[in-house]
Formats: sequence, C-alpha cells, structure tokens
Amino acid sequence: MARDWSDIFIVDGQPAADADAPDGGVEAGRARKRIGRFARLRESLRKTRQALQSEIQATLFEDLSDETWERLEEALIYADVGASTTAKVVAQLEQEATENKLTGGQQLSDRLVELLTELARTGDDRIDLRAEPTVILVAGVNGTGKTTTLGKLAWHLSKELHRSVVLAAGDTFRAAAVEQLEIWAERAQVGFVKGGLGADSASVAFDAIDHARRQGTDVVLIDTAGRLHTQDNLMSELTKVRRVIAKQIPEAPHETLLTVDATTGQNGLRQAKLFSEAIDVSGIVLTKLDGTAKGGIALAIASELGIPVKLIGVGEQLEDLRPFDAGEFARALVS
Amino acid sequence: MFESLGEKLQATLSDVRGRGTLTEDDINAAMREIRLALLEADVNFKVVRSFTSSIKEKALGANIVGALNPGQQVVKIVSDELTELMGGAAGDLAFSPRPPTIVLMAGLQGSGKTTATGKLARYLREQGSSVAVAACDVYRPAAVDQLVKVGRQVGVDVYEQGTDANPVAIAKWAADRARTEGKDVLIVDTAGRLHIDTELMDELAQIKKAIKPHDILLVVDAMTGQDAVNVAEQFAAVVDFDGVVMTKLDGDARGGAALSVKAVTGKPILFASTGEKLDQFERFHPDRMAQRILGMGDVMTLIEKAQSGYDEDQAAELERKLRKSEFDLDDFLDQIRQIRRLGPLKSLLGMIPGIGAELRNVNIDERDFDRLQAIILSMTAQERRHPELIKGSRRLRIAKGSGTNVQAVKQLIKQFEQSRKVMRQVAQGKMPDLGALMRQGGR
Repeated sequence: MARDWSDIFIVDGQPAADADAPDGGVEAGRARKRIGRFARLRESLRKTRQALQSEIQATLFEDLSDETWERLEEALIYADVGASTTAKVVAQLEQEATENKLTGGQQLSDRLVELLTELARTGDDRIDLRAEPTVILVAGVNGTGKTTTLGKLAWHLSKELHRSVVLAAGDTFRAAAVEQLEIWAERAQVGFVKGGLGADSASVAFDAIDHARRQGTDVVLIDTAGRLHTQDNLMSELTKVRRVIAKQIPEAPHETLLTVDATTGQNGLRQAKLFSEAIDVSGIVLTKLDGTAKGGIALAIASELGIPVKLIGVGEQLEDLRPFDAGEFARALVS
Repeated sequence: MFESLGEKLQATLSDVRGRGTLTEDDINAAMREIRLALLEADVNFKVVRSFTSSIKEKALGANIVGALNPGQQVVKIVSDELTELMGGAAGDLAFSPRPPTIVLMAGLQGSGKTTATGKLARYLREQGSSVAVAACDVYRPAAVDQLVKVGRQVGVDVYEQGTDANPVAIAKWAADRARTEGKDVLIVDTAGRLHIDTELMDELAQIKKAIKPHDILLVVDAMTGQDAVNVAEQFAAVVDFDGVVMTKLDGDARGGAALSVKAVTGKPILFASTGEKLDQFERFHPDRMAQRILGMGDVMTLIEKAQSGYDEDQAAELERKLRKSEFDLDDFLDQIRQIRRLGPLKSLLGMIPGIGAELRNVNIDERDFDRLQAIILSMTAQERRHPELIKGSRRLRIAKGSGTNVQAVKQLIKQFEQSRKVMRQVAQGKMPDLGALMRQGGR
C-alpha cells in the first residue's frame, strides 16, 4: 500500500486527510482517489515511458550470470543512482549470491528492491504541522520547481487538511517570480505576502511570519529565489533568511525542503550537500517524476547524506504533489 | 574524483613506461577508470560504452613517446576523442538570407528557456541585429510577464498576446509582425514541456510548421543526468532541432549531458549559458567542454580571460621590476586589481587544471581583497615602496585608516613578502609551490 497524505503529516487529533473517506473503506477509498487523480496524466505518459525503458526491464533478471551484475549496474546507473551507491548495492547482492542466499532472478529482484527501499528510507520522512504557525522554507537550484511545489503544497494543505496557509513570495530576484506565486495563491485560494520593490527574501519571510502570527494562520510557506549551490553570496543570503526566521520563532523553520529535479544527475548530491550546509535541509521534494527520469539521485542523497525524500512532484496540476513512498520508488527505479 | 583521472591513469599505467607501448591489459585497466569518470560526469551509459570501445582501439598500440607519460597519453587520446565527438570546432546559428531569421526555443520545464531567450536576444543585439522575442508560453503562470521583463532588461521588443491566445497563433502573428517591422531576428520562447507529453509535443510541431524557423534550439540543463538521451531523442524526433543551448554551466556539474545529447542526435551544441546575469552567455567550445567533463579544467577560457584583462605594457614593466627586485606594494595593488578584473577568483580557480576539488571548494571571500586594497591605499607612497618602514605607529595609523586592525596590516605585509619571494623565483625561471601559495591566499 502506497503512502497517503495522512501518513506524512503529523497533526493534532485525527488525521485530517481521513475526514472525507468513509470508515469501512478507507483503504479502498484512498486507492480509488489516487487512481482517479493521476489516471489522466499517468496513463497518457505511461506508454511512451515504457517504450523507452523496456530494454532494461526485459533483460534484467533472467538468471544470475556475470552479465546479470553488469546489467544491474547499468540499470542503476541509468536511473542516476550514481557509481558509488550502485557499486555498494551490487557488491552487497553479489556477496549474498555467492553465499547462496539468492538463487534465481526473482529472489535477486525482490532483494534488490528491498535493499533500495532500505537505502531510500532514511530519517524522519514526515512533516510536522503541529506548531502554530508551522513555517516551511523551500529552496533549490533554478528551475527545479520551487514555486510550483509551493503552490501545490498550499493547495493541498488548504483543501485537504483545511489549514489556513499564507504563501510568502521570497523570490525577489527572478523576473515575474512574485507574479507566478501570486497566481498559485489565487488558484489555491490561500493568503499571499509579497515585499515592496527591492525587498529582500529575509524581510518578506519576516513579514509573512508576522502576518501569520497576527492572523492566526496555521502554515507559512516561504519561497526563495533559485540559486546554484556554488554561488557563495546567494547561499549566505539563504542562511540569513533562515536566521531571520529563527529570530522570530526559535524552532522555525520547522521544515526546510530542497527541491531536486528528478532529471538531475550526479550534481544533485552536491546540491543537497551544500544547501544542507547553508540551511540544514530536512527533506527533499523530488520534482518532475512524470517524465522518463527516475530520480535515482534521491537515493544517493538519502544513502550518502541521510536526507529523506518527503514529497514528489508528478505534474503541473495543483493536485500533482504526492507523499514519497520508498518502496514504490525502489520498484520504479529498476522497472 | 575527476581531478584525479589523470593521476589515476598514471598510477594504473605506471609500469608501462619501461615497455614503451600500451598492452590490452593496460588499456582495459585505463578504460575502467575512464568509464567511471564519464559516468560520474553523467554521460549516458550507452554513450560511455560505445565511447570507451572506440577509445580502446585508438589507445591500443599507441606508442608512449615524447614528453607525455602513459597516463597523460591516454588522457590526451580521450580528450581528443571527446572533443571530436562533441563537434570539433564551435558551431553557429544559421541566418536566413531574407530576414527575419526565426529561432524557436524548446525544452523541458525549468531548463532555462526564457532566460536563454533573453540572453540570446541580447547576444544577437550586441552583434548589431535588431531582435524581437515572442512569448508563446501561455501555460506557466507569469511566464509572459517574465519574458516581458527580461526583454525590457536586454532592450529588445517583446511580442505578446497574454495567455488567452493559442501558442501556434501567437507564433504566427509574431513572425508576421517581425517581418512587417523589419526585424533581423525573431526568437520564439515556448512553454517547457515533457518530451513524452504527446499533446504538447504536437503543439511544438505545429508551431514549427506555422513559422518555419531557421533554427530550432533545444535548451538543456547542464545538470541533467542519464535522461538527457531520452529528452534529446524525443525532441529530435518531433521537431528535428538544429542545435543545443547548455544552461547552468556556471555550477559545478560536469555536464556529461552535453556529450550524451551530441552523441545520440548528432546536433551541435551552440551556446553556453554561464550565469544569472543576462550577459553571461557565450559560444560553446567543444574542446573546453571535453576538458570539463574529464575534470581537466578550462585552460583556454582562463587564457582568454587573462588576455582580455591584461595590459601587456604593464606586464613587461612588472617583469622588469621582478628581475630587479623592485616589486613593491603599488605593484602588488596593481596585481590584485588585475586579477580581480578577470572575474570572481573562485571561478578562475575552477578553470585551472590540477586545482583539485579541495581547493575548488575553498571559500574565497572577495571582501578579503577589498580589505587588502583598503590597507594598501591607506599607506603613504613611501610606505608602499618600502614596506619595511611600517612599524608600530605607522601600522596603527594604516589600520585605522583602512578600517581594519594591526593584525591585518601585519598579515598583509607578510603575504606581500611571500609573494615577492615567489615572483622572484618565477622570474628566475623556478616553479614555485603554487598549491601552498593558494592555500595561503584562501585563508
């Protein structure tokens, strides 16, 4: 059973996501909802994706020969898992195979998924919403989908969890970024705070939290400008945003999310490392998983840096944001 | 790990020198290292496979002669082959004999199309063309606003019809308008789309049909992983693009995607987008990219930068001074200014081959240089010529004048003495310990 929204958010009292599902058929209700929600896009993309990926799938686990290990290696490399994590996984399986713990393709395949799931599951992969207000900061490299993620998250928190939300337009750099977030705020029907002309991200974050405290808003979502992790000045600016937030509420931000584009290769590891050093990232949002990229870099990030993936983005619609499911992800990596 | 590809190969092939030629075993060992390096650089594994096997043939039986050691020899073969594969010399846009030349931009979401559109517009305008850009991304919120703003920043006309019109219709209208207004170039920005989204890919094909662009450019993020191959193949199948713009090359990604895209589609990479500012856009150089993928630094760019930022007369004067040991703090100040003119020191460091990961990640605070300059500027002319005069009360005055402290002034003079020593060595033809110097400077 894949994870649902109620599995990821920690809230006071009853999990709010269950409110609209009938008691007896919670599981079935969820499953139906999920199929309905993603059917449109998933189905339309599935065929092409399968055609592109069938080559590996068809040949992966016929039997256990030398070639098997090579193919396995390639399958993981192809998923952007990276050479070192790939080597680790393959070595482990080879070891188990020589100890005769694995006989035959099916066992190997099962064990592989198990290993990958273990690697993908790290730390606390939930999002705690109990603080009032809960402050969530989102950062990432340019074009990884920060603003879109925030729009979707706002929509979900508001529509499904019935939280009051304010979006803070902290990307004061990119042309029209404020307008972009404002449109998302309108779509999701949540509050919106932007700075005056020439305001910096930290002051916008400050204003938004101030606004939330006065209005009693439940969740503050703070957008930031995209930046390459190699730009020291911009990274210190981000550290400052975090510091300014903590000055207002010592425990905040309660959640610091880094958006990582699923098509990103090995550089994703550097991104996660350097953003973590700057703002102590607590979770990854793996975006654009609706393409053919498998997002294996998230596995490398989880296993090498211990940062869990919390959410995944699977499309451009408001509802195309989902909780991360390590098992599902692991299976998709090698299928 | 890439920094050490050369070293690794050297270690792997250390016993070859005596024998003179590379054997099959040597090559196999070397290929493993090369394969790993290319995979870590995000070159698609199928491309790596075919690349290493073609390299293998070239390297087999290659004579180890001349100044290169076996490791270097293999690296040279790899680098030459990579450059060749990447397209040899730099390519260019095809301009229409009857303006306007129409350029269509396409790519995945977030690859940087709108920014690249603005940068390309600026680049062409600088070369004397009259340029307009068309806003055909009606899907992403505020994408039209973004292009309008970017267009204004670079001083080109933006043709837009808001977000209610159909992208194909906007493109057609913009092409007609560019013709009527006598523009040399029209660049058409489009929405980001997934290569497997049939509906949107079909729309792109229709735009192509409607405006018959002279150039279709695929915008590819330099950080893209293995999937670059799928993306490029699909876009090539649907719109048969002519060239590629690599974006976000100012990061530390190795950019193996560039090689993958070129290898599977045969389309040249034309431009490199290298920063947040709209003038950070340049012609793509395959040879430099090859070096980058192999982690061998970007020597050519560095040399060009140095040439454009360096005054030859000053250099000759400096050399004379060095030889005569007249190098003083004024010259030191000049040096700092010259180096800073080349760009942020950090980006310069990254271009030097052999400067490894540890140094590349050293945090260089540019403000340190501001402080150095302030200290020297707070000295009298005599003090600058004779730093040994700077003691007690002079030191205190300089510290106060530059807003620093006595410790910083002392430190500067120490650094100056050290670099004078190094420079003297260089002038006398000795190679200084550059690594030690850098570590010192980074502090």
